[in-house]
Amino acid sequence: MDFMKFLQYIASGTAYTIAVTLVALPSGLLLGILFSILNVYGGKVTQRLTSLYSTIMRGIPPIVLLFILYFIVSGSINLSPFWAGSISLGIVSSAYQMEIVRGAILSVSGGQMMAARAIGMSKNQAIRHVILPQTLRLAIPPWSNEAAIVVKDSSLVYALGVPEILRRAQLISASTQEPFLAYAVAALIYFLLVFITNRLLDALDRRLHIPANP
Amino acid sequence: MAKPILTIKKLTKKYGENVIFHDMDLVVNEGDTIVIIGPSGTGKSTLLRCINLLTIADEGQIWLDDIEITAKSCDEDKVRQHIGMVFQNFLLFNHLTALENVMLGLTKVRHMKPDEAKHKALLELERVGLLDRADHYPGQLSGGQQQRVAIARALAMDPRIMLFDEPTSALDPELIGEVLEVMRKLALEGMTMLVVTHEMGFAREVADRIVFLEKGSIVEEGSPEDLFYHPKHERTREFLWKITELYGKKEKES
Repeated sequence: MDFMKFLQYIASGTAYTIAVTLVALPSGLLLGILFSILNVYGGKVTQRLTSLYSTIMRGIPPIVLLFILYFIVSGSINLSPFWAGSISLGIVSSAYQMEIVRGAILSVSGGQMMAARAIGMSKNQAIRHVILPQTLRLAIPPWSNEAAIVVKDSSLVYALGVPEILRRAQLISASTQEPFLAYAVAALIYFLLVFITNRLLDALDRRLHIPANP
Repeated sequence: MAKPILTIKKLTKKYGENVIFHDMDLVVNEGDTIVIIGPSGTGKSTLLRCINLLTIADEGQIWLDDIEITAKSCDEDKVRQHIGMVFQNFLLFNHLTALENVMLGLTKVRHMKPDEAKHKALLELERVGLLDRADHYPGQLSGGQQQRVAIARALAMDPRIMLFDEPTSALDPELIGEVLEVMRKLALEGMTMLVVTHEMGFAREVADRIVFLEKGSIVEEGSPEDLFYHPKHERTREFLWKITELYGKKEKES
């Protein structure tokens, strides 16, 4: 079998990899934003709960969490491995994204909140119109790191049988006895995906940059 | 008979055992400019924050016009709309242009239509002499310009009273003048102002009354004439002498 056939076979799993990422990353972001706001601006109880959530989620290998969440999620509702895996990855990622957004919120500083309250804004208005627009801009560089991790971690759903890049590489490696070529092609595709993701986020960062004098 | 806009009665603020100020009484009449002076750590900034309900006082009452704003039933967001606050470090919204900074409160808090809000915001920027900087971001403005935008942002809400918390302390000496000039103009226009500052030139020239605060209580208050030339207390004389010595040079430069 020649290289092109390898490429074609493995690359056809790319759609799954991208789809898993496109579910996991935004759902992790939404949860991350929500939890970080609850953590910084919530009461003592929500602060403790979200901190606990973050500590636990970040203390366990993603693959272990993936299995646990997969069996919990698919045990209670009937979900395909794709959806169960993607949602589980999103939950794993939400803990990391929460920390990214939380760090950015804290660096926007209490002063901005105070200034917003001083003109009569409610806490929610201040978060929405003053804190988040600045926070999310600041979070783009560390967030692009997390995006790269999620793209790569999407390979973990192969363990649930989702036919994404790694799964296909494994299958073709077994059937052709050419493991190096199979995994090298998989590596190349992952690299390109991460590379493109980071370039896109760099462009977004530049586009949203707030002008300032040097 | 002058009408009191702000009345403070027996206001006390503590942080744990540490008493910031206690039993503070102060009345600010309509159109007055009151300057609060005093050594650092005597609760001047905390007092302003208590008035704006950014910090909650432990005891005592504050009235804005006839409404007791320290009452539990009082909507603090509503109160803050009527009290303008200018901070030492400007605190402009960094992601918004000068114009958008001034507009934000108008559109989100007062629910004005964008056109109307823009019109008013431009007027306020003109008032502080920064119409030509409307599209600049805070990072593109000098400290003095940022502070003037911050003043315009507070003015846009049509406050009953303006609180200034050391508005020139974070500025380079050559930028202080332009901010004081704007404040001087406001005082002349009849804005009611409560100003914490070390700028003795401004205090002497603009203040209707100067309040000397030390260790959490009012040592002396009176006209600039009284405090500068006939202080009743030795501490007032000492403090004014020291502060004029320290800041007098800077003032001349600016």
